[in-house]
Parts: sequence; structure tokens; C-alpha cells
Amino acid sequence: MVSTNVKLAVENVSKTFRVRGGQYSDDHLLPVLRRVSFDVYEGEIVSLIGESGCGKTTLLRIVQGLVRRDAGQIRVDGKPVAGTGRDRGFVFQQANLLPWRSARANVEFGLELQGVPRRKRGERAQALLELVGLGPAGEQFPHQLSGGMQQRVNLARALAIDPAILLMDEPFSALDAQTREVLQLELLRVQAETGKTILFVTHDLDEAIYLSNRIVVMGARPGRIKRIIPIPFGYPRKDLPELRGEPEFQEIRRNMWELIRNAPPIAA
Amino acid sequence: MSQQAVAPEPGNANSVAGVEPETELASEDAEELAPPSGNSRLRIVRVLSIIGVIGAWEILGRQVDPLFMSYPSAIAVAATQMIATGELLIGLTSSLRTLVVAFFIAAVVGTALGLLIGRYRMVDAATDWLVNALYATPLVAIIPLVILWFGLGNTAKTFIVTILALFPILINTTAGVRNVPKQLIDVGDAFAANERQIFTKIILPSALPYMMTGLRLGVGRAIIGMVVAEFFTAITGLGALIVKYGNQYDTASMFVPIFVLMLLGIGLSLAVRRAEEWIAPWKATEE
Repeated sequence: MVSTNVKLAVENVSKTFRVRGGQYSDDHLLPVLRRVSFDVYEGEIVSLIGESGCGKTTLLRIVQGLVRRDAGQIRVDGKPVAGTGRDRGFVFQQANLLPWRSARANVEFGLELQGVPRRKRGERAQALLELVGLGPAGEQFPHQLSGGMQQRVNLARALAIDPAILLMDEPFSALDAQTREVLQLELLRVQAETGKTILFVTHDLDEAIYLSNRIVVMGARPGRIKRIIPIPFGYPRKDLPELRGEPEFQEIRRNMWELIRNAPPIAA
Repeated sequence: MSQQAVAPEPGNANSVAGVEPETELASEDAEELAPPSGNSRLRIVRVLSIIGVIGAWEILGRQVDPLFMSYPSAIAVAATQMIATGELLIGLTSSLRTLVVAFFIAAVVGTALGLLIGRYRMVDAATDWLVNALYATPLVAIIPLVILWFGLGNTAKTFIVTILALFPILINTTAGVRNVPKQLIDVGDAFAANERQIFTKIILPSALPYMMTGLRLGVGRAIIGMVVAEFFTAITGLGALIVKYGNQYDTASMFVPIFVLMLLGIGLSLAVRRAEEWIAPWKATEE
């Protein structure tokens, strides 16, 4: 499924935050990303993983255009991007559904902004709700939906605008373990059906191995790439519990854990 | 009409507007959680309390000189007379006309200004001192001045009611715009919404529950403004009736417009609350 077309190119992206000093300290600069570069190929699932503070979420938000980069370039389908755009679909960590809209109207949100006619966007929303397994729940409001269902709507909303790439920011981290596994499986199914390219941020090693073609392991202070690990398992994948039992899985997991843990001491 | 007491201060408008729905939620939960038998028992207690208080008033009220105090049956008699002569209806319509017109103006102006102040820092900087000063002033104090400007007619009354109802609406709307969750704005940004779309599709609906709270508080203040204005101008309306019968030492008749005002307050607050639940149903069940 994975082609050799580069769908997303992250080139030398750097970012420094200015941290406001308090009463006893001056303002100081906090480098969060230093010269990060990697490619994501068409149809690929790539995970960004690393300890907290490694800038993985910031990087994802930079790719989306929600955070401005200080240096470097982002290309989608070879074209440099500036700011946000509907060529990238964002799946938020907290579902962030608009509470006054039904599930269907939430899925329609991006299409509405584009000015797609009501009938057409209704049909598209329904198709996507069915894709994420929420066919009959379109008229429900977010507060009537469980956390897992909200995340399904969140995913459908991002898919509705038919983005070139899907950016997912720890979308399952707030769910209970069982729901998380169900949704991981669902995501793989949806990806297989749509062929979407996905960049996925997580801090869950098993999740990263289970979902990804490749894993970008990042280190902190400043955030940078430590290694890119290819995952040898094919798609469709076995169930996570089964896969977890395989020695190869354990081996990758152990290596990755070492890689993440062996962070250099914090520079004062 | 107890909301008047908690009309938000300019400084902590956020907290007041934000806290109110929670207390409502809590009381609703408590009622729902009570077992059905307890519920009907509560209703019996309530009915007994009503009968007890009104009965005690009837008995004790008869002991007092009718100049100072009246009692329910005498008030009922006075009410039928005032209804028969048409006096009550004329007073009520006059008051309501002022109230409706003034409240409408206050709602439109207050909401529009509140949206601008909440969204644009510049507008806020230019106006916050004025809003705070006017909100802190007990505006009934300027009624004599208003009468000097507009005379004793409807214009003066409308002006007073408008200005009293305006500030809770304006301040709550501002708070609503400021309290739009950052994550929801992020959603708009992520889907490349333009400024107008962010305003109409995110900020406005998100601020709506606050605006409705402002309207509810505004209704209470509007009724106060109306009565006080009618005390001063004393020509038409329920307030004028109170003054008239007060001057005639007809205490029973004086109570009639007071009761009508009470019913008006309850009815209008209830209507706005229903509208709140209808317009922003998601707020009732959200934390």
C-alpha cells in the first residue's frame, strides 16, 4: 500500500518558545525543536514518539499550521505550506467537538467552511459516520456520546474534508484501555479503506508499534529525532494482544524503550 | 427574581455567569435523585407551607389596622374591583409596553456592544472604564436627570429601563466571548476558518448561554427600572398605581399591582430560562 511518493516532507524544522520569566527570573528561550527532518510516504502510518517535552505535539501542530515554525519547511505533495489548510486534517487529543452541533453537523463543519452545498455535505457526513461505525448516531449531540464515540466523530470530521494527510494528536490517550484497543483496530480498518497517509503522535509504545509502518523516536531538550524505526509487521495486522506475544514485537519494544529512556541529562 | 441580587459585578462577571448554571444543575440533580415517595412528600410540605403562610397572613392581617397592612381576602376583593374597572389592565399594558420596547433595545444594543468588547481588545480598552463606572453607579440615581431631559412621558421610562437592563446583558455577553474555550477556536483554525466564520460558527454559539444568562438578569433589572421610573413619573403603569393607592392609604388595592409585578417577574424569568434550555440544551448536561 505504501508508495514511494513523499506525501509530507518535514525539512529542518526548528522552534524556540520564549518563556516569560516570573518575579525572580528573566525571560528565557526554550528550544523545543532543533532541525527536525523526515518524510512520510503516501499511504503510510508514521508515529512520533518520545518522552513528554520532546516537542512531538508541537511538531504536529506546526505541520498543521496551528503553531508557527521559526525555521524550516513543510511540504505536502511537494508544495510548501504556510499556515493552516484543508489539505491537512487534524484529529485532536480531546475530541473538541462543537457542543451545539449534532455529530453529523460536527462532521460537516469543514465542508460548511468550504461552502459545500447542504445536501452534498449531509450525504458525505453520513457516509463518514458509517465509515467510523456511527451510522445511526448522527443526530446525537456530543454530550450524549461516550468518549470513544466522540473520538470517532473527531476522526470523521477530519476525514470529511478529504485531506492529503491526517494528523492525529494522541487521539486515544484519554480513553480506557478497552476502548483504545477497539479504536486502534478501527483506525487501521479506516486507513485500509481510505488509503490515507497518517502522522500519529503518541506516548504509548505498544500503540505506536501496533499502528505504524515506521516510528520516529524523538529526544527532548531540544526536541530532535533520535532514530527512525521501521516496523516489519504487515497489514492487515493481527490483534494487538496476539502481536504483543511475538518475540519480534518485544524486541522492538525493548529497543525503543532503551532509546527513549537513555536521554542525556538535562542541561541546566 | 432573586437573580437581581447576584447580578454580576464587572470585575468577576465571568465567575458569576459561569457559576450560575452549576448551582441550577446541582438543584435539579438533587430533585432527580430523590426517590419518588420523597418527592411527593416534598410537594405536600410545599402545599402545606403555602396554606399555612397565607392562612396566618389572613388571620394576623385582620388584627392590624387596614391602613398599615392588608390580608389576602381583602386584596382579592380589591383585585376584582380593579379588574372590573379596567384600571389594572390599563396599568399592566402601559408597563408592559415600556418593558418590551426597552428590553428589546437593551438586548440588541447590549449584545452587539458585548460582542465587540469581548472580541476586540481595542474596543475593550476604549470602553471598559465607562462600562465599569456606569455599572457600578446605581443608575436609579440618574432618574431625576433623565426626567429633566425627557419629561415624564414614555421616553423617560423607556430610557431608564433600557439603561438598567443593558449592563447585565452587555457584561455577560462580553464574558461569554472571552470564555470561548481555546480548543474550540483551535478547531476553527485547524479547518482554516476565516475571521468571520470563527465569529459566527464558533464564538457566537459558544457565547450564547452567557448571553441568555445576561438576558435573564436583564429582565429582573428591567422590572425594577420600570417600577422605579413609574414611581417618579407616576402617571401610568403598575408603579403609578402603587403610588396612587399608597397616597390614598388604600393598602389592599396597593398590594394588587405588587402581586402582578411578582407574577410578571416570575413569568418572564421562567420564559427566558425556558428559552435558555431550548437554545443551549448542551449546557444543561455539560460540566
